[in-house]
Amino acid sequence: MKINGKSENKSLLRFTTAGSVDDGKSTLIGRLLYDSKSIFEDQMEHIVQSGKRLGREELDLSLLTDGLRAEREQGITIDVAYRYFATPARKFIIADTPGHIQYTRNMVTGASTADLAVILIDARKGVLEQTIRHSYIASLLDIRHIIFCINKMDMINWDESVYTNIKNELALLVDKLNIADSHFIPISAKYGDNVVDKSEKMNWYHGKTFLKLIESIEIRKNKNPDIKRFPVQTIIRPNTSEFHDYRGYAGRVAGGVFRPGDEVTVLPSLLKSKIKSIDVLGKTLSETIAGDSVTISLEDQIDISRGDMLVSSDDLPVISQDIKLMICWFNERPMKIGGRYLIKINSNEAGCIVKSVNYRMNINNLENDFENRTINMNDIASITIKTSKPMFFDSYKKNNITGSMIFIDEGTNETVAAGMIV
Amino acid sequence: MKNVININDEHLKELEAEAIFVMREVAAQFENKVLLFSGGKDSILLVHLARKAFWPARIPFSLMHIDTGHNFEETLKFRDDLAKEFGAELIVRYVQDSIDKGRVTEEQGVNASRNKAQSITLLDAIDELKIDVAIGGGRRDEEKARAKERFFSHRNEFGQWDPKNQRPELWNIFNGRKHSGEHFRVFPISNWTELDVWQYILNENIKLPELYYTHKRKIFSRNGVYLAWAPFMQLKPNEHVFETDVRCRTIGDITCTGLTLSKAGSLEEIISEIAATRVTERGGRYDDKRSEAAMEDRKKEGYF
Repeated sequence: MKINGKSENKSLLRFTTAGSVDDGKSTLIGRLLYDSKSIFEDQMEHIVQSGKRLGREELDLSLLTDGLRAEREQGITIDVAYRYFATPARKFIIADTPGHIQYTRNMVTGASTADLAVILIDARKGVLEQTIRHSYIASLLDIRHIIFCINKMDMINWDESVYTNIKNELALLVDKLNIADSHFIPISAKYGDNVVDKSEKMNWYHGKTFLKLIESIEIRKNKNPDIKRFPVQTIIRPNTSEFHDYRGYAGRVAGGVFRPGDEVTVLPSLLKSKIKSIDVLGKTLSETIAGDSVTISLEDQIDISRGDMLVSSDDLPVISQDIKLMICWFNERPMKIGGRYLIKINSNEAGCIVKSVNYRMNINNLENDFENRTINMNDIASITIKTSKPMFFDSYKKNNITGSMIFIDEGTNETVAAGMIV
Repeated sequence: MKNVININDEHLKELEAEAIFVMREVAAQFENKVLLFSGGKDSILLVHLARKAFWPARIPFSLMHIDTGHNFEETLKFRDDLAKEFGAELIVRYVQDSIDKGRVTEEQGVNASRNKAQSITLLDAIDELKIDVAIGGGRRDEEKARAKERFFSHRNEFGQWDPKNQRPELWNIFNGRKHSGEHFRVFPISNWTELDVWQYILNENIKLPELYYTHKRKIFSRNGVYLAWAPFMQLKPNEHVFETDVRCRTIGDITCTGLTLSKAGSLEEIISEIAATRVTERGGRYDDKRSEAAMEDRKKEGYF
């Protein structure tokens, strides 16, 4: 494809949207899809018909993302919905997270796979507690790029000074949260100003439109290219005459670059070997990088099973049974201090006991609460756990695949928490 | 969406890696695994991805087809050939058997379709064969209820989906734990769009049934959807059969598969056609037109 005369591959950008229903989040997404011509005729017909049935007067673009019957009837979004659209520059996956019920849980879920977060702010209201909450969650999940959309500019007469004040206040927040890359855009999702097309009402804004920005923002997917991480998912043993001795380790590269001949250390055994080959369906690769699903075979016969990991010998992960981490609690039943849970780090499972709650995060003012240590649904806290066997992991900041985990309730099998290792 | 074709897209590589990762999780986390195979392009794509995920070993899933008996002839031959080529076990269960046993009451009238009855046959097969995971080709861009679906989608002991109480899915960690009698539906190509599927099929040179390419066929029009004529189809008085150039955009049960008037005879032509189209893929699916929440309701009952 030719863009500005140079040839480029279409890349994939995953982003999550935050903001309550009143901030115009669904309208922004609807506007984006509508103006980029990604809404199809039959979907449009559905929106018009549903709107009529529900007695809505204006065209309600939020009906596009509310997929379940209860959502359309009650005018609320219940669950994370994924939307897809593409422009000649990029393909986009939007995790649209609901504003009201179980907000933190949903935003954490949507943010866990996002490269970028979009946070909406109502220009009339400015920076609210929820803006702080959304920004904090984005930083907790280590999303490096945040776009703050100051919406409803039409309601404040397109006033530049209101926008500038909000922007200055946000800049302080961005500083405090150590967010690497932040952007600010004044928009009107309802009328489309600065969403896809440049606003004629806000000549004072010289930056990119929202679509231009998400099309051009540079995303670094391989965070630490020098640190090899390969969690083993399953063992490939064909047992056929053609591949009699073949033994491959299937997995998705979680960090770094692997090449045939590279030395790797196998965890938990700490044995060393060299990479013999990297295979994908009859092809042998000369290298593989973070994000690739491949099968790796080693020079030596070593006992390796699911949950083990191949890593750089000169930069090993932490190996320990004591883990300190930030968690977000998802379940209606509060977390039990001293309680037992199953954890999963990649494909590696173990039991754990919650040893202590270090503090609870008050995400409305970003202060640590050392008094109340009851962890309820949607709470974020720093905790320490002890695992039933030595685990190998990195800090979440270093590698979000080898530094993240989920907690499972053994009785109900539900996923009750997400954890990010400190 | 612009009418452009780029076959070396980076995003396809990422979607492929994600789908392969999910398939390998299925292989590692479950015992009795089937891949739901309809003969349509999405399930053919799944079989190819499975081969890539486990090569040089064989695909560790059986292929299962829930046969409504109302098929396009060609799909069945294609199905049998593919299973043979990849050395996969093929399991077929028939809606007709469920009707004969009284498990399902056949719909009557001109709009009669066995599409919905498939759910019962499928759940009976899951029960009979003690299947704990069924891999499907569902995609979130297909339909609004599907946009809420997880990669690992839990089904209770009645085979039902509870959309309001799904497990959160974070990073690439999938929780496939379940009690006995429960099962999972897994959707490795959740994040693919229709265009992604076609571009990938072109890149990888995947063979598809001829039905996807333009051919002459006897058809009739019903409520704005072109349906293939077959001897068991009842026509309304104002409907008449005529022959023209069509192709299938999706392939399902013949009674509900809408046809596209098209002269696209190659993958490149099909991709250009889809990139320019203004109607979604399931816009031609008669089963979704029955009511606004038709898909959600069928999914709750145990549909694919």
